[in-house]
Amino acid sequence: MNSLNFLKSNKQNFYYFLYLGLFLFSISILDVAINAFLKINITSFLPGILSIFLPLILGFVGLNFIRTEYSGIKSLDIINKNINTNNFNAILTLLIIFAIIKATPPSLSWMIFDANISGDTKEACTGTGACWTYVKVWFRRFMYGMYPNDLHWRINLAFILVIALGFFGFFLRDNLKKYLALYYVIIYPIIAFLVIYYLISGGAFGLVWVETGAWGGLSLTFIVSFFCLIFCFPLGMVLALGRRSSLPMIRYISIGYIEFWRGVPLITVLFMSSVMFPMFLPEDFFMDKLVRVIIAITLFEGAYCAEVIRGGLQALPRGQYDAAKSLGMGYWKMHIFVILPQALKLVIPGICNTFLALVKDTPLIFVVGLAELAGMLALAKTNPKWLGFAMEGYIFAAIIFWIICYAMSKYSYNLEAKYKTER
Amino acid sequence: MNNKIKKILPQIITVLFVLGIFGFFTFNAQINMDNRGIDFGFGFLTQESSFDVQFSLIEYSGSHSYARAYLVGLLNTLLVSFISIIFCTILGVIFGVARLSSNYLIRNSAAWYVEFFRNIPLLLQIFFWYYAALRALPVPEKAGPWFGVTYMTIKGYYIPSFIWTNLDIFLYSILAVIISIIIISTYAKKLQENEGKQIPVFFISLGLIFLLPALTFFIGGVSLDFEIPALKQLSKTSYVFDGGIGLPPELIALVLALSLYTSTFVAECVRAGIQGIGKGQKEAAASVGLTPNQILKLVVMPQALRIIIPPTTNQYLNLTKNSSLAAAIAYPDLVLVFAGTALMQTGKAIEIVSITMLTYLSISLAIAAIMNWYNKKIEIKEK
Repeated sequence: MNSLNFLKSNKQNFYYFLYLGLFLFSISILDVAINAFLKINITSFLPGILSIFLPLILGFVGLNFIRTEYSGIKSLDIINKNINTNNFNAILTLLIIFAIIKATPPSLSWMIFDANISGDTKEACTGTGACWTYVKVWFRRFMYGMYPNDLHWRINLAFILVIALGFFGFFLRDNLKKYLALYYVIIYPIIAFLVIYYLISGGAFGLVWVETGAWGGLSLTFIVSFFCLIFCFPLGMVLALGRRSSLPMIRYISIGYIEFWRGVPLITVLFMSSVMFPMFLPEDFFMDKLVRVIIAITLFEGAYCAEVIRGGLQALPRGQYDAAKSLGMGYWKMHIFVILPQALKLVIPGICNTFLALVKDTPLIFVVGLAELAGMLALAKTNPKWLGFAMEGYIFAAIIFWIICYAMSKYSYNLEAKYKTER
Repeated sequence: MNNKIKKILPQIITVLFVLGIFGFFTFNAQINMDNRGIDFGFGFLTQESSFDVQFSLIEYSGSHSYARAYLVGLLNTLLVSFISIIFCTILGVIFGVARLSSNYLIRNSAAWYVEFFRNIPLLLQIFFWYYAALRALPVPEKAGPWFGVTYMTIKGYYIPSFIWTNLDIFLYSILAVIISIIIISTYAKKLQENEGKQIPVFFISLGLIFLLPALTFFIGGVSLDFEIPALKQLSKTSYVFDGGIGLPPELIALVLALSLYTSTFVAECVRAGIQGIGKGQKEAAASVGLTPNQILKLVVMPQALRIIIPPTTNQYLNLTKNSSLAAAIAYPDLVLVFAGTALMQTGKAIEIVSITMLTYLSISLAIAAIMNWYNKKIEIKEK
């Protein structure tokens, strides 16, 4: 019997197989690594196909040798359990490891070792790698759009103020805590609007007027998503209550509204705001394009928000409604003091996801001519002095957006987990 | 009495409010259009459009009507959505299953894939593929063949086109295959329920799918030729590929971005669906003596699909709506052709934007209606 399973180890020759397997496995990885990092093919003396597949075969045999049910060696068992459960998994493991090793040197050298960041002109980019000089030179444009350079402090100050005001609620004294909801739903949006309007737009308090056409870059992304969020939340709340109302006309109008906006793509909504909406306004009434876009996105996201809040309302047990009614509360009293506080707590993760979708949707305002980050990139890459650096620009923007969205999605996961355990 | 007023009054106020807004808008629109000398109407749809569209599935030129241009745009939208839905489903299922793998590396690679592509705005991804990645491809004269007969160039992907003779017979044979498979599976189900006998439906269907259409090649006089794209010199420095089908780079960029982005959401749906099936279900099925294949087919899949399909359809719907981003890279979809070019030429903002929105709305509502019907059909009927 012993001769039949010579490919599998047994108690006597276990260590031979272990060392042989590890040896073969490390040889295969070493081969690929040398090939990728030093560009030397140590197996070039072999015929073509064999030379390509040799590391895979060696690694496969090696992993096959070290695969045992239970060895008692802790690290070996972890390897076997996690990446080496059967032949199929072993091959996939090897392929992934090889792909990572192969992809590392070119991407590293493009991003870091062969890249340039010094200098202020295109001529400074002499390496074969990325030209981060481009991003460096255009950085202010990417962040602030065409906003005048010496006034950037106004945007920064406005954002700092808005964020500080957002955290203001946490430091309220306990006896004022009951006004917290009022503060966040009504007072905070108004203050934030005034701060952003007067600081960024200017025109009062001795600040120079900057028209909205000059706004742009990442700061515009934040402004648009911020306003849309604070406005679409109350709208969604009203619509969600409307959809669950017992009065048929109100219910049908809410359903119609929600289903309409959920059924059309945002881009057509933006088109509507830019070409169709002006026709609906009185003749001498002019509305800024940015305002129109914010209204359009708010109406659009309000419908999505309404569905999220409706989910929260439906998740509340009937007993809550009955209990409130039995205390003699009317519709508004019941909702404000009993239903909404509980339902809104439930939907915070969902709202967070809606906001995430909103942030990812804001680059779309590019199609109606507002130059936020994607728009500024399009502008920069067609600049005759800086042709041919589209890749760097998009990778830069992708990294920024990825960090923002990933942080938000992780935060919403945490919230979800937190509220799940509390109920 | 008091109660009745309480119920009716808010409704009346709401309706009046909505009607008031609509009335206000219509009134303003009337005045604005009168001032600009535009009249409201859909008569322009039959007029000659006099603009050209780069890529069209049906025959179209400037002499066709605006209605035809609308159809061209709609078909292009449906084409890009259809291709992307296929790819995103394949990728989504692969990565959704991979996220549940016992292999640490596979599980985490899949997780990073999902986190990576889902957290970058779709528009940026489209721009990246179109302006950065696809621009790095070779020009036609330097492009080497992929798989022997296809060419990936900066001007698009050129694949051989099929030239059929007697295509209708071939299509009839496929129709016949579909009908016979339906009949066989119904019969097999009946047999299974009444007598407990099983027939290998899958293999019979597989055989039919290959055999019957192949038969038409020998008997029905069907034949298939390929037109392979070939390099053609236009002038001294400009080359194009002639013959075959050229898929424009806009389409490729759009399909890549849409399918990679949506596949992450599909992967999450698939993962949630499979995780939603309790271990007890599999153990119970095994304990009544079902084979692993039967467990997968009869116990796990029907339940997992019940969880997977509704959110996945929702993602398909999102994909179709997101395909309107095509306008940003000038792929001639509904938004670009109709709400872009046609709108510029006619100036009929209200009519055109409403038609475009209604088109997307009806697609959404139709799919939602089918979904509701399907959900009703598959929902667990509790006594």
